[in-house]
Amino acid sequence: MAATVKKQPQVKIDATEARLSALSLPEGAGWANAARAQAVVRVRDAGLPHRRDEYWRYTQPDTLVVPQAPSAALFDADEVPLFDTIDRVKLVFVDGVFDADASDDPALGGVEISLLSDAMDRDIHWARDLYGVLETNGQTPVARPLAALNTGYATQGICIRATGRAAKPVNLIYLHKSETSDAILHHVIKIEAGADLTLLENGPAAARCNKCLEVDIADGGAFHHVRGQGRDHERRAVTHVFARLAANAVFKSFTLTVNGVLTRNEAVIEFVGDNAKAHIAGACAGDGTFVHDDTVFVTHDAEHCESRQVFKKVLRNGATGVFQGKILVKQGAQKTDGYQLSQALLLDEDSQFLAKPELEIYADDVVCSHGSTTGAIDDEGLFYLRSRGVPEDAATDLLVLAFLAEAIQEIEDEAIADDILSRLEQWLARRKKS
Amino acid sequence: MLEIKNLHVKLEEEEKQILKGVNLSIGAGEVHAIMGPNGSGKSTLSYVLAGRNGYVVTDGEVTLDDADILEMDPEERAAAGIFLAFQYPVEIPGVGNMTFLRTAINSQRKARGEEEMSATEFLKVVRAKAKSLQIDAEMLKRPVNVGFSGGEKKRNEILQMAMLEPKMCVLDETDSGLDVDAMKLVSEGVNALRDAGRSFLVITHYQRLLDHIKPDFVHIMANGRIIKTGGPELALEVEHNGYADLLEETA
Repeated sequence: MAATVKKQPQVKIDATEARLSALSLPEGAGWANAARAQAVVRVRDAGLPHRRDEYWRYTQPDTLVVPQAPSAALFDADEVPLFDTIDRVKLVFVDGVFDADASDDPALGGVEISLLSDAMDRDIHWARDLYGVLETNGQTPVARPLAALNTGYATQGICIRATGRAAKPVNLIYLHKSETSDAILHHVIKIEAGADLTLLENGPAAARCNKCLEVDIADGGAFHHVRGQGRDHERRAVTHVFARLAANAVFKSFTLTVNGVLTRNEAVIEFVGDNAKAHIAGACAGDGTFVHDDTVFVTHDAEHCESRQVFKKVLRNGATGVFQGKILVKQGAQKTDGYQLSQALLLDEDSQFLAKPELEIYADDVVCSHGSTTGAIDDEGLFYLRSRGVPEDAATDLLVLAFLAEAIQEIEDEAIADDILSRLEQWLARRKKS
Repeated sequence: MLEIKNLHVKLEEEEKQILKGVNLSIGAGEVHAIMGPNGSGKSTLSYVLAGRNGYVVTDGEVTLDDADILEMDPEERAAAGIFLAFQYPVEIPGVGNMTFLRTAINSQRKARGEEEMSATEFLKVVRAKAKSLQIDAEMLKRPVNVGFSGGEKKRNEILQMAMLEPKMCVLDETDSGLDVDAMKLVSEGVNALRDAGRSFLVITHYQRLLDHIKPDFVHIMANGRIIKTGGPELALEVEHNGYADLLEETA
């Protein structure tokens, strides 16, 4: 194996070694130690991302790689936290460390919840069979070294096994209290056959955060994921979601991203059973020096599966949006229905959207389409609304929300969708005051 | 009600004069029709009245009940009572027709310092008015004009007009793209709104619409000016003889 690995440029080797030397490998059960050691090998083989890497062409990874996390000012959002009105089990992490006192009792019908640190010390077979496994699969054909780094060094996270219909959603709440915190979080989720779980995530995790979520969905299982990132301005975050879908499985993930200096969200989805369905969507609102990157890779390796990507970004005041999305349809993945949409609405001339949509298809009986657009507010629509008496700023807001609506519609739960929508309305309202 | 005096308008982007001294006085409760060959400036006049970008008024004035509307933003004109039924109604994906209507009504009411219309009252009124225009609940729920046929779009314009109850209605080729039945339906919608306090400016290419919406005055527009004014018989004359004679007369 090692012989086939391409020699990395010296700058990458140096940057990788510098990062690794600032970390120490945790000790745990035998299987955990082995999984970590293998992850470190993957990090070294690929080298940590460098600005010359093709996969990081639009987003500078430097601050995600440097040994010391750049500090980030704390952000006091004077608002009711996202999901606050939803009945859910709260699990709180402060600067990336689990806070048992602030969290709810993790007992929940239909679900087993344990801390990653506990799972790594014991031999919980399902966690052992999953930890780092989907991440490893997701390293080809494109290396994701920051995810491997996460597998190697994460000590914090949650392991959830859904064996039935979860009585209520599980909400991972992240609080940022130290200006220099550097969090590595790794969550492992197993949805057993026919089980159903909704996972909510929100809050700024740390000054810098590397988050990895592995989700394995067995036959007929369903996983719903809604995530809110923001509004902290100086956040640097890289997240990976790895999902594997067996037959008839359903995976739905939606992310709202507001501000933050650098956010890279990678999603790697693989269909291994027939008739499964994966929808991944994002709505992003960026104002100022802000880079928001959605990088998605969907692999169809089964028949009759449906994948849908819907990403919408509203950008102003120098914000940058990035979208790299790929649908790979393997030979034999007949009757695949793949759809990909990435759109940006630029509210001024200082903002930009960089998009790289890709389809790679090796089966001959599939329907795959993609669309990517970048544009300003539609003058015709704006005039039409104003001619009916809607003031210009309200008309603009209406058009912005209408633009984002298609992504928000991907959230099945109405109460959660309303909560997300209200955040975007507030974002727009704040822009007017300034 | 509406006074247009010596209105001169050019395009913002190029040195092209479109309106070259339009004079028109519309009294309360009157229906005026403007006919004229393509490129005579009819649609430009309607856009200038509604306040669309891209035009520069180089001379003249337009007042609505003595208020200078050229100084107003489009939304202020709407609140003051001007309504333009578009020749090509705009599709707005993602904005529901009902949300749009209610936002428009309450924006106007707010601008005039009136109380907003409650959700229940709105529903009641919109259902009744939609019914008379044969607009079903499904159409009300859909995004504004998205996936509407030509006829549905025009009916939707008239529904907005009926809901907003403007003083001065400008209809820009509302008959274009309509079959005979749809034209009848739309005309009935317009006629139902005729009122001593409400005036209409109907822009059309065809006399046929004026069989349904009977005008008090007919104006012929050519080359940026109104070249002839008469009664309904003028429209019939155009229908039979075309514009050539009229253009020669005034040349």
